[in-house]
Amino acid sequence: MKEELRLADIILEMKNITKEFPGVKALDNVNLVVERGTIHALIGENGAGKSTLMNVLSGIYPFGTYTGEIYYNGKLCQFKTLKESEAQNIVIIHQELALIPLLSIGENMFLGNEIKNKAGVIDWNKTYAEADKHMKQVGLNESPHTLIKDIGTGKQQLVEIAKAFSKNVKLLILDEPTSSLNDEDAKMLLDLLMEFKKQGLTSIIITHKLNEIIYCADKATIIRDGTTIETLVKGVDEFSEDRIIKGMVGRSMEDRYPHRERNVQDEVSLEVKNWTVHHPLYPEKIVDNNISFKVHKGEIIGFSGLQGAGRTELAMSIFGRSYGVDISGELYLHGKKKHLRNPEAAIRSGLAYVTEDRKTNGLLLNESIRFNTTLPRLDKVSKNGVIDKDKEVIVAEKMRKEMGTKTPSIEQKVGNLSGGNQQKALLGKWMFTEPDILIMDEPTRGIDVGAKYDIYCLMNQMVAQGKSVIMISSEMPELLGMCDRIYVMNEGKVLAELNAQETSQEEIMGYIIRDN
Amino acid sequence: MAAPGTTQKVSRRNITGFLTKNSMTIALVAVFALFSILTQGRLLYAQNMSNLLLQNGYVLVMACGMLLCILTGGNIDLSVGSVICMVGGLAAVLITNLGWNVYLTIAICLLVGLGIGAWQGYWIGFVRIPPFITTLAGMFIFRGLGRLVLDNKTVPMKNASFNNLFTSYINIPGLDVISTKENPVDNPHIWSPLVIGAIVVLVIVFLTVKGRMNKKKNGYHMNSALMDYGKVGIISALIVWYCIKLSQYKGISVMLVWVLAICMIYYFITSKTTVGRYFYAVGGNEKATRLSGINTNKIYFLAYANMGLLAGLCGMLCLARVGSVSGQTGTSFEMDAIASCFIGGASAYGGSGTVGGVVIGAMLLGVLNMGMSILGFTDSWQYVVKGSVLLVAVIFDVVSKRKNGGK
Repeated sequence: MKEELRLADIILEMKNITKEFPGVKALDNVNLVVERGTIHALIGENGAGKSTLMNVLSGIYPFGTYTGEIYYNGKLCQFKTLKESEAQNIVIIHQELALIPLLSIGENMFLGNEIKNKAGVIDWNKTYAEADKHMKQVGLNESPHTLIKDIGTGKQQLVEIAKAFSKNVKLLILDEPTSSLNDEDAKMLLDLLMEFKKQGLTSIIITHKLNEIIYCADKATIIRDGTTIETLVKGVDEFSEDRIIKGMVGRSMEDRYPHRERNVQDEVSLEVKNWTVHHPLYPEKIVDNNISFKVHKGEIIGFSGLQGAGRTELAMSIFGRSYGVDISGELYLHGKKKHLRNPEAAIRSGLAYVTEDRKTNGLLLNESIRFNTTLPRLDKVSKNGVIDKDKEVIVAEKMRKEMGTKTPSIEQKVGNLSGGNQQKALLGKWMFTEPDILIMDEPTRGIDVGAKYDIYCLMNQMVAQGKSVIMISSEMPELLGMCDRIYVMNEGKVLAELNAQETSQEEIMGYIIRDN
Repeated sequence: MAAPGTTQKVSRRNITGFLTKNSMTIALVAVFALFSILTQGRLLYAQNMSNLLLQNGYVLVMACGMLLCILTGGNIDLSVGSVICMVGGLAAVLITNLGWNVYLTIAICLLVGLGIGAWQGYWIGFVRIPPFITTLAGMFIFRGLGRLVLDNKTVPMKNASFNNLFTSYINIPGLDVISTKENPVDNPHIWSPLVIGAIVVLVIVFLTVKGRMNKKKNGYHMNSALMDYGKVGIISALIVWYCIKLSQYKGISVMLVWVLAICMIYYFITSKTTVGRYFYAVGGNEKATRLSGINTNKIYFLAYANMGLLAGLCGMLCLARVGSVSGQTGTSFEMDAIASCFIGGASAYGGSGTVGGVVIGAMLLGVLNMGMSILGFTDSWQYVVKGSVLLVAVIFDVVSKRKNGGK
């Protein structure tokens, strides 16, 4: 055993990495050891902390904002910027490609890293020659003068890798590299990585697609709730999809969810039939494909799936067509067919949509709790278009109390509240509209356990009053703990409708990551 | 200076908070005091004080409209000066050259202004053409149209009933006795400003007391009595002082009434109405606002349509005050309005700013202009100073917000 350890050539060791954001511990004593010349997979659910860990490694979260040690080639590293980690030949390629569409491949590859002559002027001939060289390395047959917008996402991904080579990469980190690729391009990319491995490149690959891990990875480290669970080694441990899923979801459910009398009524409050939504910028792309679902009075239903499975888009398109184009399908509220042409119509029909990203889509951070609370139904506190400020103060205070938002006053700027209290302020805003059907998109992301519990209680309260709740969540235990039924979405389709009492995380995960 | 019972730290924070919050008011007082001293009191002459508001009246009116545009996200309207030229020109041509009815002409001119605003608002709000570009185009288009209307001539406005609607002074028989050449009087005096001022002060005091009683009855949060009544005291003193100045020079101008009425209307809209609230919401977070069921396209449209209407009104105010319109009228007026908004604390990113702040910003610019003119500074220096004040004001605003942990 000791002999083996000495032989192993460790390129990277991350020790006891802990990283906190206001209100949440994103990483808790995470350890990661990567051997030189391997492909190392990093797996975990959305929000488990994989990307955070890689951001710590690459200096995006600078030294000092986390605790723990990073050893690279045996040396202690304290990166303060991305540039510093790149100087050590560590290159990270993000899920959202960082390419500028209107610049050429060559210009993109050397952006921020330009080849200059002695006078400090960019040497374009050399730039394009170098670009061409690295593009050949990754097998990209395009002119380096071609604009990024004119090549597909598969080739764009290759440009990113060629760019990494231009930085003389030794450790390549890929965050969900295949999420936007079709099967063919994805396989090509993985083959390329295995080819580079033979030449001595080390890669860390973050992915949800377990078949890809089995196909190309040598080791797989599983992260869950900000801690490392285990590292599986191909050829030593059992290295199968089932085994990995077990590691990803295996947590206890305890009493994190308040008890509720299941009280689903027969009346259907919302039913959606054959709902199809197209991408607003690329109308030929189908985001939600022929989806049908329904929710009864007194019922909580959940939508499970990966980011990009089309859940948020589905919710928004239902909520007054606030997302997508060429929307087709039928929507029934309490049995009556409705056409909700804008969010206002949706709100007036008793829908509320608690948005996913509270800071960018939900709240006006520079305004007070009062301002935010009354915004969707200002008419309720005004007469002939004139706001009754005293009345407004009273209702805002009432909502604050009901939500249990902790704040010195309702005049407090929402931006100054903690994540959990912001979420409660956001909920207060939507409860003020007195919805019959409450759609909640990732309602507990990035907030602490106590605030989560409060939000669960509120959901239970809603259904106890005979209202309906639709919850979109990436946390499976939460869906299992709170919902009556769960719809699983995968690449724009509903793959399964499951009874929450009878299903398991393993079953859901199976549908989530199934390649269809 | 620590009040008894409060710790040093708290009181210091209160004082800094007070200073930051009212920094522009303090700057206005300081600049005013400075120029009063530098001009050896000439700034305070009754005629100058009366002109201070009249000269800047059009800026105030435009700035009210501009504030709405800026609130939606730091967007500005560059076409205002050109619209003033075109609408003012139209009024002059219709009345002076064609002899149209004054009231009909005013109505037409306001509609033309509104139409221009709606035109620009349509492209900005519903087609989402960037406001900068839309209104830059408007700046060229309406300047050109204005010159066409004027046939590249300077057209005078001599119609007394038109001019009286905007520039005459209020004379109340019995209170005001005016000496004229044809009708010399032994003892001329203008008392109407004093009477009107006194009434206004009484109304303000009455409303404050009633508001406090109301709040007390319903158990709402109240400011301290010292603060509320102190504020009323200062405002009343200012009004009385200004009215005395006015009574020493011609009295209250109708223009002043127009300007104050516009400011009050827009103060009311921005602070008390739902539609006013939406301008702040759109500038604060457009996406969240749209998802709150508000038609944000319409809000952009309204901001610019309204700006057009006010620009039209300004065109007529300028025409009446100057007495003529030429192809150059209104050049760079929009810049004064924009500068007033930003000096008055409107955020360059939208979402914050008040009519009160804008009034103070415009007054600050006005006092600077007037003070420097009295001291004989050339135009060139006035530009340098105005630009510097604008930059310093915005730097101060941005830096102090950052310190307070704002966005």
